Amino acid sequence: MALAPVDAVVIGAGAGGGVIAKELATAGLRVVLLERGRWIGPWDDRKDDLRNQRTSALGAPFGPDDERNPRVAVDRRGHELVVLPSDGAYSNNAACVGSGTVSYGAMAWRYMAQDFRMKSLYGCPAGSTLDDWPITYDELEPFYEKAEWEMGVSGDVAPDPFKAPRRRGLPMPPLPPNREYEILKPAALRKGWHPFDIPMLRNSVPYNGRGPCMRCRWCVGFACEVNAKNGTQNTVIPTALATGLCALRTDAMAREIVLDARGRATAVTYYDADNRLQTQPARLVVVSAGAIETARLLLNSKSQLHPNGLGNRYDWVGRNLQGHAYPRAVGLFDFDTYDDVGPGASIAICDFNHGNPGLRGGAMLANEFIRLPIQFTGMTPPDTPRWGRAHKDYMRQFYRRSIAVMGPVQEMPVFEARVQLDPRVKDFWEIPVARLSGGRHPHSVEVARAVVEKADEWLREAGAIRTWTNVPGMDLSGGQHQAGTCRMGNDPKTSVVDRNCRIHEADNIYLADASVHVTNGGFNPALTILANAYRVAAAIVRERHA
Amino acid sequence: MRKTSRRSFLAAAVLGTAACRKDAGARLSLTGEEARTLDAICDVLIPADQDPGAAAAGAVVFIDRQLAGPYRRHLRAYREGLARTDSLSRKMFAKPLDQLAGEQRLRVVTSLEQGARPFFEMVLAHTMQGFYGSPRHGGNRDYASWRMLRVPASPVRGRITYDLRQGKGS
Ligand SMILES: Cc1cc2nc3c(=O)[nH]c(=O)nc-3n(C[C@H](O)[C@H](O)[C@H](O)COP(=O)(O)OP(=O)(O)OC[C@H]3O[C@@H](n4cnc5c(N)ncnc54)[C@H](O)[C@@H]3O)c2cc1C
Ligand code: SF4
Repeated sequence: MALAPVDAVVIGAGAGGGVIAKELATAGLRVVLLERGRWIGPWDDRKDDLRNQRTSALGAPFGPDDERNPRVAVDRRGHELVVLPSDGAYSNNAACVGSGTVSYGAMAWRYMAQDFRMKSLYGCPAGSTLDDWPITYDELEPFYEKAEWEMGVSGDVAPDPFKAPRRRGLPMPPLPPNREYEILKPAALRKGWHPFDIPMLRNSVPYNGRGPCMRCRWCVGFACEVNAKNGTQNTVIPTALATGLCALRTDAMAREIVLDARGRATAVTYYDADNRLQTQPARLVVVSAGAIETARLLLNSKSQLHPNGLGNRYDWVGRNLQGHAYPRAVGLFDFDTYDDVGPGASIAICDFNHGNPGLRGGAMLANEFIRLPIQFTGMTPPDTPRWGRAHKDYMRQFYRRSIAVMGPVQEMPVFEARVQLDPRVKDFWEIPVARLSGGRHPHSVEVARAVVEKADEWLREAGAIRTWTNVPGMDLSGGQHQAGTCRMGNDPKTSVVDRNCRIHEADNIYLADASVHVTNGGFNPALTILANAYRVAAAIVRERHA
Repeated sequence: MRKTSRRSFLAAAVLGTAACRKDAGARLSLTGEEARTLDAICDVLIPADQDPGAAAAGAVVFIDRQLAGPYRRHLRAYREGLARTDSLSRKMFAKPLDQLAGEQRLRVVTSLEQGARPFFEMVLAHTMQGFYGSPRHGGNRDYASWRMLRVPASPVRGRITYDLRQGKGS
C-alpha cells in the first residue's frame, strides 16, 4: 500500500541530502528523507583503532555493514572480486545519518576559480573526458559562504594569496597550533611559500550551541564525542526535523525511482527497517546517495522511457568515477614531533594547486591527521623491513618523530572508470550491486609525482633527517572522495544533469551529491558538495514555486 | 529457594571475574597446536626485546577471537596455512615451529614469506593489529606497544588544552 504523498523524497541523509532536506523543509515543502543507515550519536562511537571509518579492519562502524552490502571490484587486469565495505577496493564512504560528515576529518575547502574551468585552462589530455563545469566559482560563492556560516567553519585562510575571491571570512578562529604546525610553518615561509590554517568544519570556540574541540587523538574516522565536528547530522538535519515538515526514515534502503509513462518520477520504493517494500509517492525526488550509490540507483530505475536506467540515454551514468590521487611524503626527525594534540592536520599551502609547469592542476598540501600506531606500521622507508626486529626498532625510534605531508591531486576524468550494475551479484534485498572497473589517467599520476616532490622539499626544509614518498598508481580511484559519476553539463549528450542538477530527461528528479562534480578540485570535496546542495535547493524552490 | 547473602553474592561475583579472566585464555577458533604454531610466527614477526613482543602481548588471543567474529571468513586460510607452516618446519628442521630456536624459526618464517605469500601477508597484517591496535580486542595486552611508543595509554577525557575565550595562540 502506498504511503501518503509528500512534496519531495530525498534519498540519502549524507552531505548533500542533509542540506537539501533542510532547505526544502524550511521553504515549506513536506519532505521524506530516506537513509539506509542509522543515527550514530557522538556517544555511541568507541574510539577503536581497528574499527573506524579509516582503519576498518574489524568493520566500518559508520556503515554499511559487511553482511548485507557487497560490491564487485574489477581490477585493471580484468579479475573480478566480490568485496565488502571493510575492504579497500570497496571504495566506501559511509552509511548513517550524516554519512561521511560524522566521521570525516572535516577539512572545509572551497575549490579555486580555476577548478571549475579545467578544460579551458589546460586542454583535455588524450584518454580523458576533462571538461569545464557549467557553473563558475562566482555562482557558487554565496553558497560556500552559507555552508561555512550555517554549519560552522574554523580556520584562517587570509594568508592564502591563491584563494578565490570571498566576500566574508570564516566564522571561527583556527585552533591553536600543534607541534607539527610550529615546525612546518617557518619552513614553508623560508621556501617563499604561503602557509595558513586549514579551514575545518570543527568548532574551535562554542558555535551553534555546541562546545569546541578538545584536541583528542581519534578524529578522522571517528565521531566526535564532544560533538565539536560539524556534519549534517548535528546541523542541518536537526533543523529540518524541527520544522515538523521533514520525516527522517532510517534503515530505509531505496530500491528504485518509479516513473510514469512520460518519464516523470511518481514515487520511490524502499525497504523499511523490517525489510518490507514501501512505496512513497512524491511530486519530486532528489537523489543524494553518494557518487557510487546514486549511479547504482539510477541504473536500477528502469522504465519504458529509460530502458538503460534513469538519465542514461547517452550512457553517461556511472562514468568518470574519480576521487583524488593522494601522494604522500614522510619525514623522520631527530626530535619529537608528536604532541598527542588532535586533530593533527593543521597547516596547508596552495602554492601548487595550479601553475605547475607542463602539468594540469595540482593539489593543496597539508600535514596529515594524527597517525595511530597501527597506521604508522605501514609507513616505513623503502629499505626498512616490514617485520622483525628492525621494524620494531623503527617503530620505537620514529613513531613520535615523523611528519607526513599529503595532497589530494585533482584527477583527469576517465570515461572507462565507471560504476555499472553487476549482472550476477545482488545485495541482501536482492538489488543488483555496483560493479566498479577502470583505472586512473596517467596524467593524474604524473601530477602526483611532481606535487609530492614539493611535500618532500617542505619536510627537508623543516629539518627531516630522512624523507621518502609514496605515489598512487593507475588503479581505480574513488573511495571517500568519490565523485563524478553523473556529470553536470549543458549538453544532454555528454552529461546526466543540467546546471541546476536536474536530470536532463526527467523534469522532477534532481541530484545533489558528489556525483554531479565535473572535476573534483585539488581539495577534499565536502564543502563543495554542501555548497552545491544549497544552490540546487535554491533552484528547486525557485522553479517549484514559480 | 536458598537465600544468597550479600556477602556470598559478592564473593561469587569476584570468583566469577577470576573465572572469566582464566577463560580469556580459552581459545575460540584455533586448536592448541595451531595456536602454538601461530604464536611462534608472531614471535618472529614482532620479537621480544627490551619491550614485549607480539606473542607476550596476546596477538594470538586477538587473532583467535577475530576468527570467531569479523575474520570468520579467514579461518580456513589460517587452518591450511598453519598446517603448511608445520609441515614446512618439520621438513626443514624435523620439529614443529614452536620447538625451534630463534634462528631456525626465522628461516622457516622467511621461507613462508617467499613461498606462501597470501598467508604470510594476512598473518603479518593481523599480528600488527594484535600488537599495535586497541587492547579491547585481546591483543596489545597491558598497552604493551603503546607504552613502547610512549603514546599516552588512557588520555583523560574532557581535557581542554587552551583557553576558550582567546582562541588562537593561547
Ligand atoms: C574517514 C573520512 C574522512 C573524510 N575526511 C574529509 C575531509 O576532511 N574533508 C572533506 O571534504 N571530505 C572528507 N571526507 C569525504 C566526505 O565525507 C564525502 O565527500 C561526503 O560525505 C560525500 O557527500 P555525498 O553527499 O556525495 O554522499 P554521502 O555523504 O556519502 O551521503 C550519501 C548517503 O546516502 C545513503 N544512501 C546510499 N544509498 C542509499 C539508498 N539506496 N537508500 C537510502 N540511502 C542511501 C548513504 O547511506 C549515505 O548516508 C571524509 C570521509 C571519510 C569517511
Ligand atoms: S580532535 Fe576535536 S573535533 Fe576531532 S574528534 Fe577529537 S575533540 Fe572532536
